[in-house]
Amino acid sequence: MSDIHTLSVQDIIKPENLVYEKTKLMTDKTLSYCPGCGHGTAHRLMMEAIEELGKENDTIGVAPVGCSVLAYEFMNVDMQEAAHGRAPAVATGIKRVWPNKLVFTYQGDGDLAAIGTGETIHACNRGEQIVMVFINNGIYGMTGGQMAPTTLPEMKTSTSPYGRDVNMMGNPLKMTELIAQLPGTHYVTRQAVHTPAAARKTKRAFKKAFQNQIDGKPGVSFVEVVSNCNSGWKMTPIDSNKWMEENMFPFYELGDIKVDGKLIEK
Amino acid sequence: MGELKLMKGNEALAEAAIRAGVDGYFGYPITPQSEVIEYLMAEKPHDRTGMVVLQAESEVAAINMLYGAGATGKKAMTSSSSPGISLMQEGLSYLAGAEIPCVVANIVRGGPGLGDIQPAQSDYFQSVKGGGHGDYRLPVLAPASVQEMSDFVPLSFDLAFKYRTPVLIVSDGLIGQMMEKVELFDTMPRLTDEEVTARYPWGTNGKPKGGERRIMTSLDLDPHKLEKHNFHLQDKYRTLEEDEVKYELIDCDDADYVIVAYGSSSRIAQKSIQLARKEGIKVGLLRPITLWPFPKKQINALIKQGVKGFLSVEMSAGQMVEDILLTVGDRTKVAHFGRYGGVIHSPEEVLEALKQKIIGG
Ligand SMILES: Cc1ncc(C[n+]2csc(CCOP(=O)(O)OP(=O)(O)O)c2C)c(N)n1
Ligand code: SF4
Repeated sequence: MSDIHTLSVQDIIKPENLVYEKTKLMTDKTLSYCPGCGHGTAHRLMMEAIEELGKENDTIGVAPVGCSVLAYEFMNVDMQEAAHGRAPAVATGIKRVWPNKLVFTYQGDGDLAAIGTGETIHACNRGEQIVMVFINNGIYGMTGGQMAPTTLPEMKTSTSPYGRDVNMMGNPLKMTELIAQLPGTHYVTRQAVHTPAAARKTKRAFKKAFQNQIDGKPGVSFVEVVSNCNSGWKMTPIDSNKWMEENMFPFYELGDIKVDGKLIEK
Repeated sequence: MGELKLMKGNEALAEAAIRAGVDGYFGYPITPQSEVIEYLMAEKPHDRTGMVVLQAESEVAAINMLYGAGATGKKAMTSSSSPGISLMQEGLSYLAGAEIPCVVANIVRGGPGLGDIQPAQSDYFQSVKGGGHGDYRLPVLAPASVQEMSDFVPLSFDLAFKYRTPVLIVSDGLIGQMMEKVELFDTMPRLTDEEVTARYPWGTNGKPKGGERRIMTSLDLDPHKLEKHNFHLQDKYRTLEEDEVKYELIDCDDADYVIVAYGSSSRIAQKSIQLARKEGIKVGLLRPITLWPFPKKQINALIKQGVKGFLSVEMSAGQMVEDILLTVGDRTKVAHFGRYGGVIHSPEEVLEALKQKIIGG
């Protein structure tokens, strides 16, 4: 008889061994995102931020139309599902009648920077006290990889199969730089979630954004997350992250753009 | 007796919104209803009741602000006129799908397209047949006086919350712009946050401590579940058809002929009835107050009573007449008369049309 004790999973699951735990503000529902997609990480970081700020009972989120249309299935706070592009108007409606609650939108680039451009700019211009999270993956993921307003020049999508010809199809839109110019934005930053270091920074950004709202800082706190769409880009998750670093980051530069209502000098 | 005032229809609607305890009004200017938001801004309702008023960047934004506010259990309202209401159709479909209460007033003007700014009733189809996509209905109230512009605001909110549905108030540029005496109802205090939370447990206004989160959506990717949701909506619409039909009958007891007219047209038709009766023609008026649900039973009762013809009088090319025809079938005569594109018919024209299309025709 050997007295070598084989460890079972149950032996490991002990409070003293706990190093990391899923936030209770994420439901147990299996994420609908493609394996390797950044949406899930962005969800989790946001929910961790809200949990750590102790605001789970005072938060109302607005989900977009896009791959994250089902965000309300995963985010364990009160949620509303908006029409395509209208989340900033929906959030405005909520915040204006519940000024003491935390209100956020979570939107893709098609939602926030194409069909919802008007709602985005005007919510930012009015200085709504909300958090806007902008997932920029340079493509329409949900509908199968069509060109987005943020698609890079020469980038191939199903509606720019020979690459985005900027003379014919227009230029990629830097919505985040644009809204940073508006006096109604208080905090504007661009982050990523593809590495642990990037994720940690993004979580700090989310926390700062929500803290601004808790503190009643005037205006929108806007967090862009440059993210991958490995399915839409037709790459493996690893390749997509590499491609993102090499192509997206030089165009969509990471870092704070506006802090405490002041543009950062570059 | 409430406070008596001489007011424009649009102002009465705005004052009623404050008094009815509305929490948020979101609107975008358009003639002939801009007085609503102008009145509200001038009145500082936030000081009076805590009501929020916001000028949105578009009607698209306004209707979605209603979605956000209404989905939390608060009373949200907007108003616009035809082109703006067209822009709201996407939002109305989402509101109906997600079952969010709110009130939308349409002060109808001439169309199609940019049309003109004169009164019209040519948005009937859009109001009662959908307008947006999907199988849904909206209760539609049609005021015919400045008094009703005021009274129908709280009435609409009662319906909106009882059935969790957007409610339309469909008026026209004539009622919106004209001044009449109105008896204002006493201000009803706005519900407190705690009252809203207790009364409307479905409201997405922050997950209850120790409770489940709430979701407000019109999406269900499972067709069988979505069909079930549609069954539920259709049940609700059947109940509305059963219980919430509103109408007014004038001089119908002995009538051989009945004019069916709502809003401004019903005011004009009342004069036509007097002219007809002077000539010995017994004409009555059926005024639908709810355009949907439509007073079908009342039309059937009038046929039973021996009415020999119905003239639908509308400031449109003939829209409501289709609903009358659906009810009447070939049991008796049905015709339409109306001027449109912003032109208002005279009582004499209506009487003439009655003679030609119904009595003689
Ligand atoms: C009014 C309307 N137009 C078009 C669509 C179809 N549609 C759904 S999602 C989407 C694009 C989403 O792309 P994005 O916002 O970038 O989000 P992602 O899926 O990439 O996360 C489109 C065009 C729709 N649902 N509604
Ligand atoms: S399609 Fe793209 S954005 Fe959508 S879940 Fe898949 S990888 Fe993510």
